[in-house]
Amino acid sequence: MFRYIVRRVLISIPVLVLASFLCFCLVTAMGDPLGEWKTTKPRTPDAVAAEEHVIGYDKPFFPRYGNWAVNFVEGNWNRDVTPGSDLAPVKKTLGSALWVTVKLVLIAELIAIIIGVIIGVIGAVRQYSVFDYSITGIAFTLFSMPLFCIAIMLKAGGIQFNNWLSSIGADRWITTAGPPPGGFSGGIGHLIFQYTGAYLLPVLCLLAIEFALYARFQRGSMLDVLNADYVRTAQAKGLSQARVTLRHAFRNALIPVVTVASLNVGALFSGAVITETVFDWQGMGVVIVKAVENVEPWMVLGWLMVTAVFIIVFNLIADIIYAFLDPRIRLD
Amino acid sequence: MNARHRPNDSADTIVGTIDPDSGALGGSAYATEGGDLLVVDDLSVGFGTEDGIVRAVRNVSFALKPRQVLGIVGESGSGKSVSSMAILGLLPKTARVTGSIRFRGEELVGRSYNEMRKVRGNGIAMIFQDPMTSLNPVFTVGWQLAEAYRAHHSVSKKAAWAKAIESLELVGIPQPDRRAAQYPHEFSGGMRQRVMIAMAIINDPELIIADEPTTALDVTVQAQILETLLRIRDETNAAVIMITHDLGVVAGMVDRVQVMYGGTVVETGDVHEVFAAPRMPYTVGLLGSMPNPALIGKRLTPIQGAPPSLMNLPSGCPFAPRCPLVVDVCHESEPPLTDTDRRDHLVRCHRWSDLAMIDQPTLLFAHDEIGVVENPAALTVANPDLPVAEDLLDVERRIAAAESTSDTRPATSTEERTS
Amino acid sequence: MTNPIVADSAEASEAALSSVDLTSSGFDSTQARRQSLVILKRFMRHRAAMVSLAIFVLLFLIAFVGGALWKYSYTYEDTTGGGRYLPPSGQHPFGTDALAADNMAQVLRGTQFSLLIALVVAFLATTLGVVLGAIAGFYRGWVDSLVSRFTDLVLVIPPVVLAGVLSRNAIGGGGSNWYLIAIYLGITSWMSVCRVIRGMVLSLREKEFVEAARALGGSAPRLIFRHILPNTLDVIIVNATIAVSQAVLAEAALSFIGLGVHPPDTSLGLLIEKNQNEISLHPWLFWFPFVFIVLISLSVNFIGDGLRDAFDPRQKRVRA
Repeated sequence: MFRYIVRRVLISIPVLVLASFLCFCLVTAMGDPLGEWKTTKPRTPDAVAAEEHVIGYDKPFFPRYGNWAVNFVEGNWNRDVTPGSDLAPVKKTLGSALWVTVKLVLIAELIAIIIGVIIGVIGAVRQYSVFDYSITGIAFTLFSMPLFCIAIMLKAGGIQFNNWLSSIGADRWITTAGPPPGGFSGGIGHLIFQYTGAYLLPVLCLLAIEFALYARFQRGSMLDVLNADYVRTAQAKGLSQARVTLRHAFRNALIPVVTVASLNVGALFSGAVITETVFDWQGMGVVIVKAVENVEPWMVLGWLMVTAVFIIVFNLIADIIYAFLDPRIRLD
Repeated sequence: MNARHRPNDSADTIVGTIDPDSGALGGSAYATEGGDLLVVDDLSVGFGTEDGIVRAVRNVSFALKPRQVLGIVGESGSGKSVSSMAILGLLPKTARVTGSIRFRGEELVGRSYNEMRKVRGNGIAMIFQDPMTSLNPVFTVGWQLAEAYRAHHSVSKKAAWAKAIESLELVGIPQPDRRAAQYPHEFSGGMRQRVMIAMAIINDPELIIADEPTTALDVTVQAQILETLLRIRDETNAAVIMITHDLGVVAGMVDRVQVMYGGTVVETGDVHEVFAAPRMPYTVGLLGSMPNPALIGKRLTPIQGAPPSLMNLPSGCPFAPRCPLVVDVCHESEPPLTDTDRRDHLVRCHRWSDLAMIDQPTLLFAHDEIGVVENPAALTVANPDLPVAEDLLDVERRIAAAESTSDTRPATSTEERTS
Repeated sequence: MTNPIVADSAEASEAALSSVDLTSSGFDSTQARRQSLVILKRFMRHRAAMVSLAIFVLLFLIAFVGGALWKYSYTYEDTTGGGRYLPPSGQHPFGTDALAADNMAQVLRGTQFSLLIALVVAFLATTLGVVLGAIAGFYRGWVDSLVSRFTDLVLVIPPVVLAGVLSRNAIGGGGSNWYLIAIYLGITSWMSVCRVIRGMVLSLREKEFVEAARALGGSAPRLIFRHILPNTLDVIIVNATIAVSQAVLAEAALSFIGLGVHPPDTSLGLLIEKNQNEISLHPWLFWFPFVFIVLISLSVNFIGDGLRDAFDPRQKRVRA
């Protein structure tokens, strides 16, 4: 197992190198980071050259990439380049943003997988029941909904709920702006109150979409497995229906779901970007939107690299779980 | 395992089991209904689909005595697998099963899942066709065997594991204690089928249903598996229903044979009897389609056409569209299963008596490829009630013609076939 | 945006497998025609899919014909000072917004762009995915490794962000670059189709009819486009349908976070972004574009579902 992990990490390095080059091309395609600065006021060629030197854009494409890559590996991730902005350092900004996003994403994903898997299994076992039709219908509808619309509706609902709480004299519970950078303070009861209030709506929002995905997939996978020959063998042994379903079928039906979960991390991050935008969380979403709008090459590059590493790590974990579930996969 | 051994010579075995007195020999406590272990009575299975009802099994009846070996033979889609699944109640929910299946005198049709559990694996065990997909890939072989044992015996996991190893050894798996800890994907196809057999015998059932147990395997492995099955049958004293499309398998190991076509039984009787003197043209065709060492250098005589759709069965005999002896009445009504001139040999054919008069019936299926008969059906008379002489004259003329141009010889005797 | 293609690819590939069984038997053209008739019949029996098809066609007509005929232009603003935030009425069926512009004209215009972008994206993504997947699956070896590793590489970047970063240079220059957004979305969403087609081609290329065509001296492009790809047509069609609904949502998401369509172009996502804070006070400004997005995506998904059932009746309900 350990050797497998080491090998996988080593394989990831060339992937990351290639990804970094691809991302560099993307970032270059965004355009000139000084484009807007140049147009807001007439700039002298000297001023332009000086500014380009400061941000590292005086070098041609490949040396610029090499320069960035060496610095990046050494831990010097550069900073925002737009003159007049707060020149935020990339590493520090991404560090705090990633933590905010990872907490949100992991909580939502975990709940989504658990609920989705349970509901999917029940749907498959009770195929064509009212329950099955309802969850299939709900999942189908949620699939066809833009995530940001769900977020906006939840937000509006949260505000209404707060107003109602105020009207009966209770504290406002739902926070629609995300937790403060330093976290909440207060007694344990108050902390729970504040954190649940902050997390409830964004988590629900991601959950709505993700749960639909897993429920649908688990249902399909479970239906396939329930028709498998080995399930028939298990029934022919005289095992109880529960044992056949939960021991023999479920274990096998989980295997493809793990693959989906690992393939889905990218989409999950996209979902987080949108959720954070609506609920105004200072996470990865807000960072990337701002960085792209301002054509911040180093921030965007750093963001893409951090996300790539996160996705690769997530895939690695998924592969280990996969091998754990399926003895046909050999890790060594 | 039951230690009682039976004579290995199959011919003796047949006599022993078909004899009504054999019930006393086994001394089965459950053998009611005149010593029958399993009685299938007027079994029909239909599947409702969007486009109509598929009548997979129609009015099948048979009985099985303890330790008897019954072979069910037919093409795919003839209903042989479906009827065996119906016995264990393993058909999908969309299946509608009517008729009666009595095991040790107890009715199985209409039982709930939990009521069936006591029988499954314990009284009746099943060996499935494809060993590659019939074992759960995520559990060790030993675990799956032990689970089968613990489903019907309250013993510790350790005792069940020991039992699993014991039964693996019984089916001839080398190093059973090491192999038990391995997963199915670490076994070859033949070894997996041995595992399936081990799983079937672990609870010492009275009936083992083997659904095409060798079809998915290599020829050399097939022989080993059949040998194992034969040995296991002798050692456990279980009755066996052997479902196959391979007549060679049937000839080698069963007592009684039952030929199915279009979802129903078309011929049944003692295996030697049916092979030597088939009374249904379909059986004749099956025999002629079978490669046989005695026919080296000769042509096979396959049955032309395809089996009928079970959704739109022809109104008369389902074999009529392919039958060389077909006459009008064959298209009009499906014949009942009737006695023939032979003892305990039943057939579902309007023209069995005419067939009985033909000397080398497999030549009926000789067709234009051989260049003798362009349209066999045209050579038959319209009315079966008329004296058959004219009709048979034609047939015999054809056969004579066939013999003169081709040396095809029908395979009628089992002695030649079984080695 | 979450990505339903991930969920659908497994089902689609399963459908694919069954279609291989159906079609590998022969290349008889009359048989093929009869089979497509059977599929059409099955599709027409799928009530939800037929209703959805009607809704989709209706939406298309309303957006393009209705948009052209409607008395207000999407650029119309009531400059007299009145007419702001009017609730829906006979005059303004979808109400008016903060600038007294007619909401219905805006929504129709947005629907036009959303539909156009979605169709271009679906076409591009499907074409790219099918071609790359077919090449990878047909040539195997290093070509396959190259395509597969490239697919993996693209997948380490969240799709919306990938398209967003690319679209950055489409912003500005008057902003009338909706087709650039469509192209960028298209070239960032071909991966799942590619994987499915690659898997199918890998197994199809070993089939006897391909062997036979190869033995007859068929060139590689001929083998791929005449013999192999027609057998994946059902998967391609179903995936293309899903890609349309995906693209509607992806475009809306992109525009919503400000990295997609920019004014004066408009889209349903942009309209919702503009009006997201009006949901309580002036709900019509939010709900009308919302209903249009959901109608498009839901109807297209239902059409896809109906097509899948029509191609693969095995999964269909059996009346017991």
